Amino acid sequence: MSLSAHDKELIVKIWTKIGPKAAQIGGDALGRLIVVFPQTKIYFSHFADLSPCSPQIKAHGAKVLGAIGEAINSIDNVSASLCKLSELHAYNLRVDPVNFKLLAHTLLVSLSASLGAEFTPEVHLAWDKFLAIVASVLSEKYR
Amino acid sequence: MVHWTEEERCTISTLWDKIDTEEVGHQALTRSHLVVYPWTQRYFSTFGNLSKPAAIAGNPKVRAHGKRVIVALGDAIKNLDNVKATYAKLSELHSEKLHVDPENFRLLGEALIIVLAGQFGAAFTPAVQATWQKLLSVVISALSSKYH
Repeated sequence: MSLSAHDKELIVKIWTKIGPKAAQIGGDALGRLIVVFPQTKIYFSHFADLSPCSPQIKAHGAKVLGAIGEAINSIDNVSASLCKLSELHAYNLRVDPVNFKLLAHTLLVSLSASLGAEFTPEVHLAWDKFLAIVASVLSEKYR
Repeated sequence: MVHWTEEERCTISTLWDKIDTEEVGHQALTRSHLVVYPWTQRYFSTFGNLSKPAAIAGNPKVRAHGKRVIVALGDAIKNLDNVKATYAKLSELHSEKLHVDPENFRLLGEALIIVLAGQFGAAFTPAVQATWQKLLSVVISALSSKYH
């Protein structure tokens, strides 16, 4: 699976569009993750507040989407751009890769909620493919 | 038997009352099966032109089928305490006749959540999403129950 030129165009266009709202969308996505898939709270057991409106959850969600933004800036070489994060997830965090799919889903939900009709089926397709690539890169070094 | 709290029942029916079954069904089917996961088009070989997103969006058979699926979801919502029995015949149909891989139920469910988020925006809170994902997982389990 690879991104077509059109996919990349749509991904970048939407990333530019969400602009300063990216932090809020990231926070929303992580908040949804811990509510809809409560087993994911295990990775945040060091946070004092594990409700979806927790400032720690919102800040961490913003950080995650920020990293995804960095990958978009190097969309022709996602592997290189996420290299350090790939190592972090593999050797330190050891997040079960199944969770990348769960977060991809809640991120698509947050994007859809924020963009409404602009989150067209083609935009949905491009972002679904891109997040699957990110998940794959992050799991690369696991074993 | 699945346990539903009063709050969950209320969350489900409140949103359900606002849903346009044809529009939501059309969007969910278009996204999940035909555009985002194009290999699922194999189940719709009699539907005519599915070659491009624009063709899919304008295809009347897609629209009719999407509506049918969401109307069936309404049956589950009316029978929350016995979804499995409600869906027994549908489950047999999907397993014995249509030979639909149950993975597709999950894909359609995910697409439906995304469509609902797009329609309701911030009102589709994490708690509302969690309740509807629970509903869909009960529906998916019921639809898969007659597969051997």
